[in-house]
Amino acid sequence: MARFNKLHAAAAALFLLMALVVPFIPSDYLFDAILTPMLAISLAALGLNLLAGYAGQVSLGSAAFMAVGAFTAYNCLLRVPGLPLLVDLGLAGLVTAAVGVFFGLPSLRLQGFYLAVSTLAAQFFVQWALTNFAWFSGGDTSGVITTPPLFIGPMAIDSPVRRYLLSLLIVAALTALAVRLVSGRAGREFLAVRDHELAARVLGVKILRTKLFACAVSSFYIGVAGALWAFLYLRTVEPAGFDLDRSFEILFVIIIGGLASIRGAFLGAAFIVVLPLLLSRAGAAVFGSTFDSGLVDIVEKIILGVLIIFFLRVEPAGLSALVARIRWQHITRSRTVETSGSLT
Amino acid sequence: MDWGFFAGVAIAGLLAGVMYSLVAIGFVLIYKTSSVLNFAQGAMVLFAALTFVSLHEEGLPFWVAFAVTLGAMIVLGILIEALVLRPLVNQPPITLFLATLGLSYVIEGAAQLFWGTQVHSLDLGIEDVPLPLNAILISQFDVFCAVVAGVIVAALTILFRYTRTGLAFRAAAEDQYAALNTGLRLPVIWASIWGVAGFVSLVAGLLWGARTGVQFSLSLVVLKSLPVLVLGGFDSILGAIVGGLIIGLTETLAEVYIGPYVGGGIDQWIAYVIALGFLLVRPTGLFGQRSVERV
Repeated sequence: MARFNKLHAAAAALFLLMALVVPFIPSDYLFDAILTPMLAISLAALGLNLLAGYAGQVSLGSAAFMAVGAFTAYNCLLRVPGLPLLVDLGLAGLVTAAVGVFFGLPSLRLQGFYLAVSTLAAQFFVQWALTNFAWFSGGDTSGVITTPPLFIGPMAIDSPVRRYLLSLLIVAALTALAVRLVSGRAGREFLAVRDHELAARVLGVKILRTKLFACAVSSFYIGVAGALWAFLYLRTVEPAGFDLDRSFEILFVIIIGGLASIRGAFLGAAFIVVLPLLLSRAGAAVFGSTFDSGLVDIVEKIILGVLIIFFLRVEPAGLSALVARIRWQHITRSRTVETSGSLT
Repeated sequence: MDWGFFAGVAIAGLLAGVMYSLVAIGFVLIYKTSSVLNFAQGAMVLFAALTFVSLHEEGLPFWVAFAVTLGAMIVLGILIEALVLRPLVNQPPITLFLATLGLSYVIEGAAQLFWGTQVHSLDLGIEDVPLPLNAILISQFDVFCAVVAGVIVAALTILFRYTRTGLAFRAAAEDQYAALNTGLRLPVIWASIWGVAGFVSLVAGLLWGARTGVQFSLSLVVLKSLPVLVLGGFDSILGAIVGGLIIGLTETLAEVYIGPYVGGGIDQWIAYVIALGFLLVRPTGLFGQRSVERV
């Protein structure tokens, strides 16, 4: 069991702040356009980080698993009347976990970018299947499905703040679970497989079981994230939003935030959600109306690409390491002051 | 079964496969000498085609535009080698792969920022009249592409096998430390191989651009050529050709004969499934030399 340390206390304080204080900020924009999508992206990145950062199996198909989660949640709500929302989200995670294990099977024989390429198969196949078979959309052929109204018990989840709070609670619970997971035996086995498969095997780590378990847990998280993304952020379910670019985006979140770091997923997600908003504001302020949304996309792409290369070169542990270093400097500086104080 | 129609579909598929091979060769060149799976290859194809077509539209004659673009591709290659890959030397392959993924975003963005996002048409002066061959119609343009691909493969084979430069390339591919030890300058070798890869991307960009129009989707050809590489092996030029032919053939046949039963569009993923199924049986691909699993 992970010891409850200062870091956990800080996380708990942050959660209380987000849950008790932030909801009183009177801005629907803040919840609908920033915080709710950020939470969903964080959860997906957390899932990918368990697989890629901790267990070392890079996947380029995260968006496909988000789509599986979203469509499972939609279909279960549609076909099982009276299904509680939380059970529905759990089912979304479980089905995605099963699909993830299926597409994770090649990882038993492949490593590195061979596996990365094979996860593209999942990306293209899932998107194709969801578009081509009307059954997945409940017979709706328009391609865009509006999500049904959501309830937890008698309470309708129908306002920006409520959608945000529900996301927050689910993400917080799953994050706590993930912290527990990576600080225990499973986390150590993930790292062992990542760092040296043969050595891990010699130490008695069951490679096959560990890899498939990593696939399952990771896909569970990504599936729930997909359901949150579709139900609480977009409020529509459509395959088009879960394309390869979204997969890359999740991957970029964990590279920028920090591989094999829980808080990295949150830092990276905050960055990736806020960057385009800041860019379009800054662009409009500096260049006026010539800085249109097309140009924002292009500039955002270049900045993202440069940042990826920058972080891989200079700070492979991402924003998470920067935060850790600032904290460390803060601690050492205050200690130095203390010591020098006691000397004089 | 209509065998004449079957043969027509098969030949069209094989010729489409040649187009995939052209892009795959660029990957193989980089992978062979520096063990980097360069995801930015598609972005390089886009960049080359956009630069060429924009210069050509500005009024530069074909060969001048070609030469200028080639120069730009070589400079781009040298910059990539110096700024992105050399600092990351000795990192795990997957880190290098992710770096080239970031790189592809930068190149795609830069190409669109410089040259705009509109679609350009490109006319190489080859008329696309169907050639009749025993009642089967074959696109003349496709045949031209196949000939160009053949010439490039022959030239690269000669370069690698019979020249000192090629020997140096092979030495660097075989063992970087040993190559350094015999006095080879790896940065020079890497820069020149990026130049060659730039040339291949330019040719691929022109042919694909003439076929589909020069636009952003050109950079997506990278996704079509990845299964080709998996099938053929990342380090074999011959593999890239044979892999491309197999993928092109099966993809087209599957789309025509299986597609109608499942609602079409299976060419989006069938190549990956073929490659994946093959990989499970033989993880090094058809002609790959190195073992995938290194401990």
